Amino acid sequence: MSRRVVITGIGVLAPGGVGVKSFWSLLSEGRTATRRISFFDPSPYRSQVAAEIDFDPELHGLRPQEVRRMDRATQLVMVAAREALSESGLAFSDVDPRRCGVTIGSAVGCTMGLEQEYRVVSDDGRKWLVDAGYVVPHLYSHFVPSSVAAEVARAVGVQGPVTVVSTGCTSGLDSVGYAVELIREGTTDIMIAGATDAPISPITVACFDSIKATTPRNDDPEHASRPFDATRNGFVLGEGSAVFVLEELSHARRRRARLLAEIGGFASRCNAYHMTGLRPDGREMAEAIRVALDEARVDRLEVDYINAHGSGTKQNDRHETAAFKRSLGEHAYRTPVSSIKSMVGHSLGAIGSIEIAASVLAMEHNVVPPTANLHNPDPECDLDYVPLTAREHRTDVVLTVGSGFGGFQSAMVLVRPERRAA
Amino acid sequence: MTRTLVTGLGVVAPNGLGLAQWWAATVHGVSGIAPVSRFDATGYPAQLAGEVPDFDPAVYLPSRLLPQTDHMTRLALVAADWALADAKVDSTALPEFGMGVVTASSSGGFEFGQRELQNLWSRGSQYVSAYQSFAWFYAVNTGQISIRHGMRGPSGVVVTDQAGGLDAVAQARRLVRKGTQLVVSGGVDGSICPWGWAAQMASGRLSTSEDPSQAFLPFDARAAGHVPGEGGAILVLEDAEAARARGASSAYGEIAGYGATFDPEPDAEWPSGLRRAIDLALADAGIVPDEVDVVFADGAAVGALDRIEAKAIAETFGPRGVPVTVPKTMTGRLYSGGGPLDLAAALLAIRDDIIPPTVHVTPDARYELDLVGAAREAVIRTCLVLARGHGGHNAAMVVRASN
Repeated sequence: MSRRVVITGIGVLAPGGVGVKSFWSLLSEGRTATRRISFFDPSPYRSQVAAEIDFDPELHGLRPQEVRRMDRATQLVMVAAREALSESGLAFSDVDPRRCGVTIGSAVGCTMGLEQEYRVVSDDGRKWLVDAGYVVPHLYSHFVPSSVAAEVARAVGVQGPVTVVSTGCTSGLDSVGYAVELIREGTTDIMIAGATDAPISPITVACFDSIKATTPRNDDPEHASRPFDATRNGFVLGEGSAVFVLEELSHARRRRARLLAEIGGFASRCNAYHMTGLRPDGREMAEAIRVALDEARVDRLEVDYINAHGSGTKQNDRHETAAFKRSLGEHAYRTPVSSIKSMVGHSLGAIGSIEIAASVLAMEHNVVPPTANLHNPDPECDLDYVPLTAREHRTDVVLTVGSGFGGFQSAMVLVRPERRAA
Repeated sequence: MTRTLVTGLGVVAPNGLGLAQWWAATVHGVSGIAPVSRFDATGYPAQLAGEVPDFDPAVYLPSRLLPQTDHMTRLALVAADWALADAKVDSTALPEFGMGVVTASSSGGFEFGQRELQNLWSRGSQYVSAYQSFAWFYAVNTGQISIRHGMRGPSGVVVTDQAGGLDAVAQARRLVRKGTQLVVSGGVDGSICPWGWAAQMASGRLSTSEDPSQAFLPFDARAAGHVPGEGGAILVLEDAEAARARGASSAYGEIAGYGATFDPEPDAEWPSGLRRAIDLALADAGIVPDEVDVVFADGAAVGALDRIEAKAIAETFGPRGVPVTVPKTMTGRLYSGGGPLDLAAALLAIRDDIIPPTVHVTPDARYELDLVGAAREAVIRTCLVLARGHGGHNAAMVVRASN
């Protein structure tokens, strides 16, 4: 009998609020958390909008020395991990730490901390030969972002494999997929898996400006993220973290844990086409979807909801619409599809995990979150994108997908646990 | 379970560009450690590096790739080309979803990143390169290799500091076992630019010696940090059956075992995570310690870390119970490139029945290691490679002869 993997705890830090509860109320009410950038003066930039988290790390249990040493991405994941563990009811004193691991996805690691320290040692870019005399001791941890996973591992006390997975904007799906494999192959029984990114920093904003990937809709920040809408013109940068406690099914049952969802299948493919471009036919994403459904032993007709990548670039929205049709056939037209990036923005490597969280919550509540700001669908995007308001909908099987720079295309299938209790 | 073979190797190392040149230098104890030449390091406490010599990317890569890639990505692309050529793989003849890429990175395209940070802060956002969004990030090498060779199968990127290279190869083996017939894997790293230099110095582990023959001395009483380097190795991993089906004539060996652990807090009751990683890798390979012919050690050259590693080796194999070598004394530590380069060395040790040396080191007798100071001929069938990452990551991998 092959080993099966279930989610028994979730923690989320997303724009709009700290914790799973405030995350779900934002999504189910269809509110948006995008706004004019407040972390720095955005006026020199083409895109001045982002989805930021109002977050005081010390209020959420981080010690001052931790706040000082940790990049914001690490702070976010530490708080999300704590919520996930507490929700799971797992007492780490009863667990063999050698059978537990950590995988954290992140696209850009400790960019904020790196940029901040760069400004100091280079005198705001004046010096190529930076002044190493001003280097802070934790700069090395920013330099190599495996520190993000290591911090979580140390806080929890795990001694199994500890890794950062960094596949750009699919990192949040791929890191959970990686963790699932470790449990299935028998290396671990428990994984603390998730993702984090805190990229709202001048260098990130500038690099997306330079390829016009982010929206210039600066006069209307609350409605700037408009996936599948005819007027959309780029994504809105976000930040956040989501972390899961994953357990081997029998392990979770033995301790009578609440089973939130089974991770039935996961697959990723590369488009091998362009570092930032997508082929319009969506065949690599369609292949990832097909394989993930296969692995989950789910027929495509059973998919109840698709949590889309829905970044709000014209290229992406058409690409994945094609991929859904290619993989699900006619059923794609009957399946609600929505993009929570319309509300919480695109937090790069973190969003894949945040979207897994949204998928599990949709299953728990039998409510599909909406695509906010969708008033006039792009005629080439002709699926049911659940515009503006959440919808009650029986949701037993969710397909969630991601697509990113580097050509990565990933798909995960989540299944209601009691649906096949055997 | 199906076996995962290594059928191709591509090497870009400080002591040799290309597999043959590097291996000849390595066996003969030729070091590539020298004063930094990529920028003026004379004002910094650390001044030595292992830089890949005589590398002109324009010779190997199309001109359109140059403005969009960091130095280390160019090295990685060339290493991947060479690995595939070495394996005699025609990537156009294999199913596109049957080929994947898994690489490790530790700091991405950091030199590229420094240039764009400088453009942003000294000139303004409109001067930031259109390639910055992907030239810096950790996924760049996997993405670029997959594009260059039309590889559309499952792929990945891991970051585990210096342990990452072995973790990437282990993930590649997982993908092969799940049905992907060929996976390009390994790691090529390098952040030899002023900003990368400052970040590496922050670890407190860089050697400040100015003498290339005294600067990086793992397991030596004089150990005082390491010399950083650039480069690494790319491996072609194939499912044994699939390799045979495409007519691959030979393999360097098999990825036989792997274990990864995370260190407990130093004051905890638990033993070192490294020892356990070794045990896991041996068990995964289905072997006992006696079957290991040589250990390629991590070789931190930091007293406390050397002690832990020497203890783990001596406990597993007995005092002076197995030959131990650290060829990275000739290259410096290559971050995610270090583990894969040691895998390449282990596979060639198997091919040629010779253990490459650890140079410049006078072993500290307290460590009870049989440290190989001069190339040693021996029958080599099974090797253990160790890699440790900053923060507590341990990885161990067993490679063995495939016949």
